[in-house]
Amino acid sequence: MPVKQIYLDHNATTPLHPEVKIAMQKAMDVFGNPSSMHSFGRDARALVEESREKIASFINAEADEIFFVGSGSEANNTILSIFTCEPSQCANPCNMAHEIITSKIEHPCILEASKCLQNRGTPILFLNVDNYGKIDTAQLEKMISSRTGLVSVMMANNEIGTIQDIKKIADISHKKGALFHTDAVQAVGKIPVDVKKLNIDFLSLSGHKIYGPKGVGAVYVKKGVKFCPLIRGGHQEKGRRAGTENTLGIIALGKAIEMRKVEMDKEEKSLLELKSALKKGIEKSIPDIRFNGHPTDCLPGTLNVTFQGVEGEAILLYLDLEGIAVSTGSACSSGSLDPSHVLLACGIPAEGAHGSIRFSLGRDNTKEEIDYTVTKLTEVIKKTRKMSTAYK
Amino acid sequence: MCTCELWIETLKGLRMSDQLNWVYTDKVKDHFVNPRNILKDDENFKEDGKGMVGNIKCGDQMMMAIKVDAKNNTITDCRWKTYGCASAIASTSVLSEMVKGMPLDEAYHLSPKDVTKELSGLPEHKIHCSVLGDKALRAAINDYYRRTNQEDKITAETSKIICQCMNVTDHEIEDAVLEGARSYLALQEKTKLGTVCGQCEKEATKLLNEYIKKHFS
Ligand SMILES: Cc1ncc(COP(=O)(O)O)c(C=O)c1O
Ligand code: FES
Repeated sequence: MPVKQIYLDHNATTPLHPEVKIAMQKAMDVFGNPSSMHSFGRDARALVEESREKIASFINAEADEIFFVGSGSEANNTILSIFTCEPSQCANPCNMAHEIITSKIEHPCILEASKCLQNRGTPILFLNVDNYGKIDTAQLEKMISSRTGLVSVMMANNEIGTIQDIKKIADISHKKGALFHTDAVQAVGKIPVDVKKLNIDFLSLSGHKIYGPKGVGAVYVKKGVKFCPLIRGGHQEKGRRAGTENTLGIIALGKAIEMRKVEMDKEEKSLLELKSALKKGIEKSIPDIRFNGHPTDCLPGTLNVTFQGVEGEAILLYLDLEGIAVSTGSACSSGSLDPSHVLLACGIPAEGAHGSIRFSLGRDNTKEEIDYTVTKLTEVIKKTRKMSTAYK
Repeated sequence: MCTCELWIETLKGLRMSDQLNWVYTDKVKDHFVNPRNILKDDENFKEDGKGMVGNIKCGDQMMMAIKVDAKNNTITDCRWKTYGCASAIASTSVLSEMVKGMPLDEAYHLSPKDVTKELSGLPEHKIHCSVLGDKALRAAINDYYRRTNQEDKITAETSKIICQCMNVTDHEIEDAVLEGARSYLALQEKTKLGTVCGQCEKEATKLLNEYIKKHFS
């Protein structure tokens, strides 16, 4: 085991906030079923509703516009699923879509779910992005038609951190009568999100990216928008998601959001400073690199770098041996050699996409850790480039 | 193919235990941390044969250079470079140790399986990363035969087109298997073979099963 352990993979997941841990420890004893009418149930219900309020107020929604789900992925799948309704076979048809528009850089849970819809007959159109990962809104204007039922574009990208002009995309969608969904799993709690200002119809968020627990997420559905559940059964969450609530997770998610409200603004400044130190350090000591993602419209803690002539997984594992945890976009580790679909969509050639590393910083990182990382990274890149056939 | 089917493929292909320990065995780690016989830029390695295979666009590339004792027809020394992941680095490093002192014709017939055995195994989904080492070695030996006018010893890496419509060769089928294809559907997904006239299905399925047996049983 290396002496130091430095976690720079906060877009993959985050540790629990100490306050969240305390809230969870307290909530352990609250075992009542929130649907029960007795005092045990009512105690649990009160905490669940308190959490709902916190989340709603954080994104400027009403409490009953929020319901809880089992993950960010479930949130996204739920929203896409309501657009497959077959009016001829349903007594209560909702948002049947002839066509759905999304982007090429979405998280796999959106991409895979939309491919499945496509296989079942709903045409899906995929928007391009520019070199910085920004949606081509001119293309959206051309692509969208009266057939479009839903436009789904992520607020911030998990690999490169690029933040989209959500308001503009939502407005274009609404002008043509389409509804608008945003996967805000990487955005809520990292940048300000106001569903009213941005004019959003559906939004997905997840607990474990913001120092909450894994396996809990929430969906915002604007009041008045038709909705149909993915998971059917009991009347929990006003019939929007069956299954006895994950009370512990929900309480913790509420606490995590509460802490984001307190810490987010202040943290943004320190994250930007750390990221800038990392960026400058890399620029200064490692030649032949490029930074991916948007230079300014980017999550404060996310930095994606391509190192020419070396392969990402080797870098990741050499850094891991030094105690530094980062992530790579290329998916060699997941059983295929496909380079990151996000980087390819940004026009980065395959060989560059294979050699890319994502650093995602969080609330506990320090300047010392960044300096140490730059030192070790410089050594690792030098070493891997020396053995590379692709670096002169 | 629908993702549901793909997922079932994945479940079949991955053993949970693959994902538990440090990604690889101690031996892989050892060779990854201290790779042997890397060609240093400042050393004057006068090779007798040199081969390069792979493509960085696909994520890995490998170069092997060998010195040969012409009297005994054995490899006396070797150097390599790679652009690739940890498995690629470790398997080439271990291969470079294996071949020193090895007769040329034995080295010529080394297979990826021999290399992974020497490494005490690789996770199944990483085996495709180890196939370039022996290919590069064969390319280097071929180069040596060419330089010494022994072309007759070169067994061409013949590849045969199996799917005429989509121009897919037996080598591509083997690569697809190494990358995780375990069914005809998965093979089609990876190579696009059999997606036009469908004539090649029988032969492709036969090869698919042969390659699965060759590499994974
Ligand atoms: C942009 C984005 N959407 C969705 C998800 C999925 O969230 P979860 O892990 O809660 O299913 C993630 C995280 O992996 C993400 O980064
Ligand atoms: S020969 Fe393969 S599809 Fe025709």
